[in-house]
Amino acid sequence: MLDESLKSDLQKRGIFVTSLDEVYNWGRKNSLWPLQFGLACCAIEMIAAAAARFDMARFGAEVFRPSPRQADLMIIAGTVTKKMAPLVVRLFNQMPEPKYVIAMGACAISGGPFKEGYNVLKGIDRYIPVDVAIPGCPPRPEALLEGLIKLQEKIAGQRLLGPERARHADAGDAAEYPVPEYGAHDLEPAFNPDVFHPEPSRRTDA
Amino acid sequence: MNDLAEAIRQAIPGAEVERIENPGPSGQHSLLLGLPTARAVAEFLRDNQGWDFCSNVSGVDWPARKVKETVVRKELVDGVEKEIQEPVEREVPGYLEAVYHLYSIPKKSGPLVVRMRTANRTEAVSVPSLTPVWKSAEFQEREAFDLFGIRFDGHPDLRRILMWDEFEDFPMRKDYVAPDDCEYEPTPHDAVLALVKARQEVA
Amino acid sequence: MSQMPASNAVQTIDVSLGPQHPSTHGVFRMNVTLDGETVTRLQPVFGYLHRNHEKIAETNSWLAAMPYTDRLDYICPLTNNWAYALAVEKLAGLEVAERAEFLRVITAELTRLQNHTAFLGFILGDMGAWGTALMYAFREREKILDLFESLTGARMMCNYMRFGGCRCDTPPGWIEAASALVDRFPAFLDEMEALLTGNEILLARLQGVAPLTAERAIQGGMSGPVLRASGVDYDIRKVDAYGIYSRFQFRVPRGEVGDCYDRFMLRLLEARESVSILKQALATIPDGPVVHPKAKQRGLRPPAGEAYGRIEGPKGELGFYLISTGTDRPYRYRVRPPSLINLTLLEELCLGTKIADVMVILGSIDIVLGEVDR
Repeated sequence: MLDESLKSDLQKRGIFVTSLDEVYNWGRKNSLWPLQFGLACCAIEMIAAAAARFDMARFGAEVFRPSPRQADLMIIAGTVTKKMAPLVVRLFNQMPEPKYVIAMGACAISGGPFKEGYNVLKGIDRYIPVDVAIPGCPPRPEALLEGLIKLQEKIAGQRLLGPERARHADAGDAAEYPVPEYGAHDLEPAFNPDVFHPEPSRRTDA
Repeated sequence: MNDLAEAIRQAIPGAEVERIENPGPSGQHSLLLGLPTARAVAEFLRDNQGWDFCSNVSGVDWPARKVKETVVRKELVDGVEKEIQEPVEREVPGYLEAVYHLYSIPKKSGPLVVRMRTANRTEAVSVPSLTPVWKSAEFQEREAFDLFGIRFDGHPDLRRILMWDEFEDFPMRKDYVAPDDCEYEPTPHDAVLALVKARQEVA
Repeated sequence: MSQMPASNAVQTIDVSLGPQHPSTHGVFRMNVTLDGETVTRLQPVFGYLHRNHEKIAETNSWLAAMPYTDRLDYICPLTNNWAYALAVEKLAGLEVAERAEFLRVITAELTRLQNHTAFLGFILGDMGAWGTALMYAFREREKILDLFESLTGARMMCNYMRFGGCRCDTPPGWIEAASALVDRFPAFLDEMEALLTGNEILLARLQGVAPLTAERAIQGGMSGPVLRASGVDYDIRKVDAYGIYSRFQFRVPRGEVGDCYDRFMLRLLEARESVSILKQALATIPDGPVVHPKAKQRGLRPPAGEAYGRIEGPKGELGFYLISTGTDRPYRYRVRPPSLINLTLLEELCLGTKIADVMVILGSIDIVLGEVDR
């Protein structure tokens, strides 16, 4: 990164210095287009966040695209059921890179209050990678905006070149994740081991 | 309700109608319909008695259970006839039940509760469908089939509605075991309490 | 003359509308078969939000099911709470505190107001107005949600009703704030009516679309505004007179034709009646405790038996069928979902219409998937 004092010195003389990464990320983070995709109750708070009082438009994320081909942010707002999970993964696969996922609400993070359910997927991070998780049931619209800002900070810190470059800058990395199938009793597979890394169980009674 | 049962028996010869008492304070007693004449009874209720709105169809699962009863019998004890109460345990076989709540829009009355029971929970799980009588029962009977396994004979389109088609279990039954796919078990409440108490005793 | 194709038969197209769709009110799918643009077959598919509410309620106590009822019809959580509390009170023979009855009516009618307001926004979005009406609707809805937040602690998911009353009393100044909002609300309804009801696009897209006769509506189990738009005079607030609704004067609007326009206008008229009920309730609310002293919450064990309790929710008849075997958790907990049963006639209503009308018809029935799938 450039020396800050040098930067401000040059700025005072009317010369603006930046790096390609900064400009590229600045453009991307301030124009995230979410996919118009609400599952359950959190979708109503997402709509409220996009409505007049909380106004997501100031962050550039006003344009909700109905088609996944035109969206670059997927806000999983609501419970993902096992019946819906293959469709969510397929939608995620259809989004072009760079793409991001915000898991909004307790249900999308881990199944939430419906964790005991036989049809509830215990968190969408079993099949697709999640960038930001916003807890709450439902999270307030301000919480969704904070999650969006955190995602913007994450995007601002992404690199285009070098060994730590972002996923989409890596030509070899596949952006598609396997879609689960409906089995006789559960989804097959129950989770994607490349994506899902849970904490090891601390259960003492076996 | 006894008048209604009488009217049904008079209108449809051979109709099996039984009044089931509801022990709780709600006072909503129900009529148990025999399966062969259930459709005819339903049509009589709709056309003749004005119960034109089928509001709710629920499935209920009653697994086999043991019921303790006291049987009173007379016995000769020392030459004197006495009544002896003997506790007896008998097994009530399990069955599945479809419960219908009917309302009358013109008379603004209800609910009239009507039930149908299957013979058992394993292979004799059919009841006649009341969808031809009240169309509002269509999706709800499909749901009872999906979640309980009750087959409704005469339903126009009996297939799963809430679960996916390849699913094989009946999840709302009492003996259904959900797949064990939780990755994190929350601490049982008592274990947390025990830890807190232990810490308080030491302090 | 060019070669004619071997088969001149018309080909139909199978389209799957949803579950990811801008106008399907959630994860709802319709498998539609189209002949050109005309619908020849429509099969609704749901279950994409089946969250096993009924099974979870069987494993937890009676009170623990209350927060889950919030998440059924997630736009109207307070009326869901009331329906469940009513059913348990019927099952256990509990009485309700007087002030709590007034608070229940006030919160239920405020819920109805914000539901019908949100409906306005959603149906105009379905017709292609792309969120303009939604902004107006949600502006008013936010004011009502502020009231809910100061009363119950949450904007949505209020979890406010308890068996025999409500969870807590109103904070100071709440009744005055609610009265002020109710006094200003007719001005908003006037604004929306002035913008919408004479609008020729709205009239062209709603009038004459999918008329529903009263006999068909009753056969199909329709309830709520859809039933009344078909001309049937049936409002559970008048028929069952649950709570203290018999003390308030209000009219029940009825439609004539039962088309989408009647369903749309009926909700605006119902909102005005709700304003009238609210004015009466807010003026006459007495002081007192908000929970009946004999009602038990946590360790409630209703006697063995069953009960079916229902209310007039904003979407229709919301009922709970509960079976108790005397233990501390329900044996059978069944939700009678108005949104699911109102969809029974969806295929019938949409046959022969154009595909663009399908969205409008679905919007006019006003479903919410949390209730359809539970």
